[in-house]
Amino acid sequence: MIGLAVLIPIALIMGLCGLAAFFWALKRGQFEDMEGAAARILIDDEAGGA
Amino acid sequence: MNAIVPISDERLEETVLLVPAMHCGGCMAKVERGLETLPEVARARVNLSARQVRVQHHPGLGVPELVAALENIGFASQPRADVVAPPSAVKPLLAPLAVAGFASMNVMLMSVSIWSGAAGPTRDLFHWLSALIGVPAIAYAGRPFFSSAWSALRRGRTNMDVPITIGVTLATALSLYETIVGGGHAWFDGALMLLLFLLAGRTLDAAMRDRARAGVDTLLRQAATGAMVVGQDGAVSWVSADRIVPGSLMRVAAGERLAADGEIVAGETAVDQSLLTGESAPVAVRGGDSVHAGTLNLHAPVDVRVTATGDDTSLAEIARLMEAAGQARSAYVRLADRAARIYAPAVHTLALVSFIGWLVAGASVYNATVIAIAVLIITCPCAIGLAVPVAQVAACAGLMRQGIMVKDGSALERLARIDRALIDKTGSLTLGRPAPAADVLAALSAEEAAVALALASHSRHPLSRALTVALAGEGHVAAAVEDVRETPGLGMRGRWNGMEVALRRPDVAGQSATALDIAGRPIRLIPFVDQLRPDCGEALARLTAMGVSCSILSGDNARAVSPIARATGLTAQANASPADKRDAIARLQNAGYRVLMVGDGLNDGPALAAADASIAPASASDVGRQAADIVFLGDSLLGLPRALQGSRRTMAVVRQNLGLAIGYNVLAVPLAILGYVTPLVAAIAMSTSSILVIANSLRLARARP
Repeated sequence: MIGLAVLIPIALIMGLCGLAAFFWALKRGQFEDMEGAAARILIDDEAGGA
Repeated sequence: MNAIVPISDERLEETVLLVPAMHCGGCMAKVERGLETLPEVARARVNLSARQVRVQHHPGLGVPELVAALENIGFASQPRADVVAPPSAVKPLLAPLAVAGFASMNVMLMSVSIWSGAAGPTRDLFHWLSALIGVPAIAYAGRPFFSSAWSALRRGRTNMDVPITIGVTLATALSLYETIVGGGHAWFDGALMLLLFLLAGRTLDAAMRDRARAGVDTLLRQAATGAMVVGQDGAVSWVSADRIVPGSLMRVAAGERLAADGEIVAGETAVDQSLLTGESAPVAVRGGDSVHAGTLNLHAPVDVRVTATGDDTSLAEIARLMEAAGQARSAYVRLADRAARIYAPAVHTLALVSFIGWLVAGASVYNATVIAIAVLIITCPCAIGLAVPVAQVAACAGLMRQGIMVKDGSALERLARIDRALIDKTGSLTLGRPAPAADVLAALSAEEAAVALALASHSRHPLSRALTVALAGEGHVAAAVEDVRETPGLGMRGRWNGMEVALRRPDVAGQSATALDIAGRPIRLIPFVDQLRPDCGEALARLTAMGVSCSILSGDNARAVSPIARATGLTAQANASPADKRDAIARLQNAGYRVLMVGDGLNDGPALAAADASIAPASASDVGRQAADIVFLGDSLLGLPRALQGSRRTMAVVRQNLGLAIGYNVLAVPLAILGYVTPLVAAIAMSTSSILVIANSLRLARARP
């Protein structure tokens, strides 16, 4: 039973952290441009002379 | 521009430009880096989905400089007009989806231990924890369904959301009661899983609808957002489109779009009216000719006396026609909603009957309620909610791989029922771009062809480019022509072996052609013709075999339409205005046909919006592409039968899915009525039927040519 009392809060807190992270991402506009995000990984940074 | 201004964050201005031609990572990189090389630009960030770039820059930098900078790297752009963007359908669903996902996983964790035998205080503790997570989560994640059900009920109707709302609410209330009195069964997991599955289906559906909706406002953005207006005193100033008044004088530079309808007062040029008509060939205009808002001035600056602005322009008129035509289509009731009209009352009657039945049989009110709620939960249209959107999304993925882009889930439903097709000529049945007549090219000597290629390759005029492609494709090599210069509207001249050579406008006006003039030799007239799309015959034959009869509906004159009609063996209607096209569709619809419109130009816009389903080629004008439900890539016309076949296969799978969902109910409902359904049984039944439906739908994602 002690194990449960520790594990259940941990599981819930971790889950809530994930949920909070998702909401943060949603607010910050991370889902505004799904198409662009997919295309962006193909941009070759060296070409820009970085 | 020589002094580099230090950029401090607080003094930056933000400008949003539309760059419609961006389509890949390479374009994004070019646009962002190209803009960031300007010393006044701090940051440029592309949004590819919206085809726009957000630039943060020093206030000293104006919109014209930004547009010019983009022009230099090869992208046409325009400032974003202040049209309010349509709200996204997906965004409001994402947060509920996340909450339902989080809550259902955690509650399921507790439920599994209860099913495996946790009892007494442990079970009570777990029930309380589930309630703590579940009740707020259900209240939040269920809002899209609750509000939709409420608005349907208020208008005396019912939809799929009504049984969902009743089922979820009752299940939550019962579970809360069970938790408080320390009972054995709580249904929080079932209610949350139901919401999760349904929200997933709805999000998929909304994602497809979002893409379709961008339509109408793109049309309005196409009008230039302003013009240089010549004042009484001769001073030229920039006036935004909404403040231009009829009677004022616009000076339109080459390469600019007209902001208003008008009449040419001074100058002579050619305009690209492809936005209005779909015709890519430039139209020559001179003093006295009328020009329309949204057309592109190609060659030389002209002065235009404004005759109509804003809502009075022909562009706005077509936009209005399209909007009115689209309303008829929105009356179409989606398959899922039609199913719900029968399903919801049946389910509620069933629950009520089992409640009364158990009371009559001597059960307590509590027991009868529990059983009635079990019936409601087990029949909740979980699989039905997934049956349609999952199949449609999978089918769209499959069609996408064949080069067919479906913008709206309901388009597949509507397309599957088509039995009559009307096809526009220019750009739909034909390629819509002029190609030099092959027999004339073959008759040219190698020297003449080499000179023509040399001259044509120096020009960006559409006819020159078509000639360059055709001649280079036949293996000709450009001759050494010197002193090449282009006179806008007249053509190219140069010097070859000491002789004057020219590729110029022919002396006789009329059909599109170019004259190759080499001093001392007869003038060669090269006519340009619009060719039929490849595989045209096979595509039309396959459509006929599928029970769809086709005919041509063109805005072009009868003389241009008849050779195409003869070549394809189709009947044709010529000289059709945008309103005529819409009326022709309405006549067929009244005669009981379900009509497919295939078109590309803005003049097809109202017809595309009015038809039961519509398809445009990717080469269509923006408006054509936006108004159509489906866009096919590539030149081949085989996209049409493929799209039709794909839609019919999708509807077959949707029907199987509905069959599976109903079959599951036939098995599960008797168990529920007899009182054998526990939360465990409900969870297993619900997820099994959903997985079956998803697996069946995924068969569609495999592309079959």
